[in-house]
Amino acid sequence: MGDQVLRRRRVKIIMDKALPILLSIGVFIGVATVAALLIDVVLGGWHRLSPELVMNYPSARPTEAGMRSAILGTIYTVGLAAVICIPLSIATAFYLTEFSGTGRLPSILRYNIANLAGVPSIIFGVVGLGFLVYGLGLGRSIIAGAFTLAILTLPLVTVTCIEAIKTVPDDLRFGAYALGATKLQVARRILLPRALPMMLTGGILGVSRAIGEAAPILVISGLLFIREDPASLFDRFTVMPLQLFNWISRPQMAFRELASAGIIVLLLILLALNATAIILRHKLTKRLTE
Amino acid sequence: MMTEDVIRSLRRRRLYNKVFSLLFMASALVATITLVVIYSTLIYESAGFFQHVSIVEFLTSPKWTVLFDEKHFGVLPIFNATLLTSVIAIALAAPAGLAAAIFLSEYASLRIRSVIKPVIETLSGIPTVVYGYFALYFLTPEFLRLVVPDLGIHNALATGLMIGVLILPIVASISDDALLAVPSDLRLGAYALGARKIDVTLRIVVPAALSGITASIILAFARAMGETMIAAIAGGFRPILTIDVKQSMETMTAFIAQVATGDAPQGTIEYQSLFAVGLFLLLTTAVLNFVGLRVVKRWAIRY
Amino acid sequence: MKIANLLVVVALVVGLVGGFFAGSLTGTGGAAATATTTVTVGAGATVTSTTTVVQQNTVTTTVVSTTTTTVGMQEKPIELSGSITIDGSSTVYPITEAAAEDFMKLYPKVSVTVGISGTGGGFKRFIIGETDINDASRPILKTEAETATKNGIKWIEVPVAIDGLVVVVNRANTWVDCITISELKELWKPDSTIRTWRDLRPQWPAEPIVLYGPGPDSGTFDYFTERVVGKLKASRTDYVASEDDNVLVAGVEGERNALGYFGYAYYPEAKDKIKIVPVRDDAVQGAQCLIPTDETVSTYVYPLSRPLFIYVNEQAYKTRPELKAFVIHYVKNGATFASKVAYTPLPEKYYATAALLLEAGIYGGLYQLSQIAWRDAGPPQ
Repeated sequence: MGDQVLRRRRVKIIMDKALPILLSIGVFIGVATVAALLIDVVLGGWHRLSPELVMNYPSARPTEAGMRSAILGTIYTVGLAAVICIPLSIATAFYLTEFSGTGRLPSILRYNIANLAGVPSIIFGVVGLGFLVYGLGLGRSIIAGAFTLAILTLPLVTVTCIEAIKTVPDDLRFGAYALGATKLQVARRILLPRALPMMLTGGILGVSRAIGEAAPILVISGLLFIREDPASLFDRFTVMPLQLFNWISRPQMAFRELASAGIIVLLLILLALNATAIILRHKLTKRLTE
Repeated sequence: MMTEDVIRSLRRRRLYNKVFSLLFMASALVATITLVVIYSTLIYESAGFFQHVSIVEFLTSPKWTVLFDEKHFGVLPIFNATLLTSVIAIALAAPAGLAAAIFLSEYASLRIRSVIKPVIETLSGIPTVVYGYFALYFLTPEFLRLVVPDLGIHNALATGLMIGVLILPIVASISDDALLAVPSDLRLGAYALGARKIDVTLRIVVPAALSGITASIILAFARAMGETMIAAIAGGFRPILTIDVKQSMETMTAFIAQVATGDAPQGTIEYQSLFAVGLFLLLTTAVLNFVGLRVVKRWAIRY
Repeated sequence: MKIANLLVVVALVVGLVGGFFAGSLTGTGGAAATATTTVTVGAGATVTSTTTVVQQNTVTTTVVSTTTTTVGMQEKPIELSGSITIDGSSTVYPITEAAAEDFMKLYPKVSVTVGISGTGGGFKRFIIGETDINDASRPILKTEAETATKNGIKWIEVPVAIDGLVVVVNRANTWVDCITISELKELWKPDSTIRTWRDLRPQWPAEPIVLYGPGPDSGTFDYFTERVVGKLKASRTDYVASEDDNVLVAGVEGERNALGYFGYAYYPEAKDKIKIVPVRDDAVQGAQCLIPTDETVSTYVYPLSRPLFIYVNEQAYKTRPELKAFVIHYVKNGATFASKVAYTPLPEKYYATAALLLEAGIYGGLYQLSQIAWRDAGPPQ
């Protein structure tokens, strides 16, 4: 009987030591894919990187073609989308966690958000076309694109915000209520600061997704060739994924290499965004734990 | 008098509270309103579709040739493709994402964590168009074909794997934060009782975070079903009812993209079919989410 | 202290991004470009404008010298401004892009935007007057034409280039050296019973054919089905479909028993990867096995040549000088634009005549004009 126990114990010790290695396979899959993708893209497009790529307008000549309009269009649309989406998500998250009862309405709302997450991106484009572009008369403008992207990323950011708020231990909440705080005060002073780092995670994920969306913008804007910078939110626009999507399906190898180079630019922008947000998150978490 | 000030400030606070409560509720309603708008558009156009096509044929016919001359309206081939690719995706993303999350929250040092976590988050930031072409021009020819030589240039396997990589961060990130939120008392208590780390991790911490983990998996699966570009680029546009993942198969989302960005004039049965498929996809996701949320509710443990 | 760190990081990032754009205010590298255009305006009046742009390092000097020679009646102003909205086929897009870019270099005050909503998607907008020009890889449908007329929209149909369709097989395919239209029809028709090469021709091997082609929502598919199978969108459905012809190339390249068809524009870059199959139209007496070349395609001798169009809003054309100038510029230089993006240009004579007709206000019959075989170089090889 003692042997059995010893054997089981030994097995457990081995498993215990092996587990982290097994687990890191999950990490490995993610990291390896990113690495392979980056290497593939960089090798393919490295030699086509140039300031012209970023500064020039689209052109039929690969040597002169650039993503300027696409980059600006992306910045405007996604920027506005983030401004719309993030406060909305935080507010929604607070509603669903603090400001509602256990009645039917909150659970219906939660359910709706989960459903919204499963809507294919192209449907947002088609509905946005009917509702925003034609219905509300916004035209094929940056603002129409921004609203579409905002709604598209809303579920993801909201769910992350909800989970963020849920991570705050109940003792703190109940303690504050016991001291007579209103829900708003609890939200503002207790929950928000502690949930903010994870909310930023949601924000990053959402913005990153919005930057990479080609299909809905293709339906909403449909525009690819534009040789002027957007001056207002009601201007026409194009976005980076659309431009890359078009270049990569051209017969000329030069354009396909240009697409690879463009992807590098896009990834660099994403990296910069991520890095900024992560540093912010780091600072916020550090401040909290001090 | 001071009491008056106190009463006044209390009243103000209550007012703010009320105002913000309503504001927050209004925000939450935005999601619902959007869903209503989407559903009404889909239902309205689908109504036109189902005037010409019987629901029976839609749900049971094994051929989907809407854009061809000889039209068959059976949604099964594209529905099957969506399910197949999503299952492959979640089969990759759920264990890998969860493993990554457990590793990050329980085992990784702060330094490793601060490097790895952003890298994983980057995965979902890569545009789906890039993933699609990566699957098409690299994953299939240079990698998967080493293992499966007769893999078609468009195939469901590469599509599913690529979508899996896309949704991995959803599982990983949300699960990671859920795991971190488990109070350390539980862990410390278990150690005090003599448990080894593997026990603590797998039998105490993970079950405690199960609500968040499950939520993340459900979210990820719904995302996988709704993924458009990867399915269109790597899966192709061939509607076929098969479980042979080596072949090109068109998912529901790829079909919707094909029609929405294609040449079908408005008001035609081809154009309306995209709404019918969209409605079907949404209803499927709705059922999935309903079942999932029920499960989550049962398992949610709050501390 | 911490906020300061944060600001530094943000500033660095902003600086990096901003730096890219700051540099855009000035030119790039050192190159001199001269563009000369001759626009024939009105009866006998010629306007020549020469723009020399000299760029050295980061300083751009633009020297514009304009000489106006007026012979005859009116002198049209060369200072054009306004905006032109174009949408439509992504097949025709590259040609229009080249034309728009060229035109905007001459008339910087005119803003041309080009979309890729697809031929049908573009027509949806065109027939309600939302766009000035629709790029189309197929002629306008009857239903679309009816809606346009109902909305009071009249259009000018202008062929701009030809897209030849190539039939290709894998490089290891040694047995196919020519294929006829009838065989293609047998192979691609709906409910086709052809599974192996031998089913098509008994001398060919008994291995299963793997088919590649454009998806049913593309203009290439529409043309092929109508021309080869005989009915619009009538095709077998068990083939590998892609909207991106590069994918078809990759597919055929990697599959020994592959046979595919796609636009000729994608063949030159893929010459070393796949094998082209000459096509013979066996409905025409004495027809030979032909491969698409500029000669055979532009004269419609090669049996799989499809015209690419732009449709111009007639009302807008008549009332807006910038649109008129653009269309004429497009047509006049159509050969250049088309060949620049690897499409087959129509014969030179067509472009010249079409431009004259458009200028003179004759808007019909351009399609028939493009179909005339301007043969003056002997029989095709």
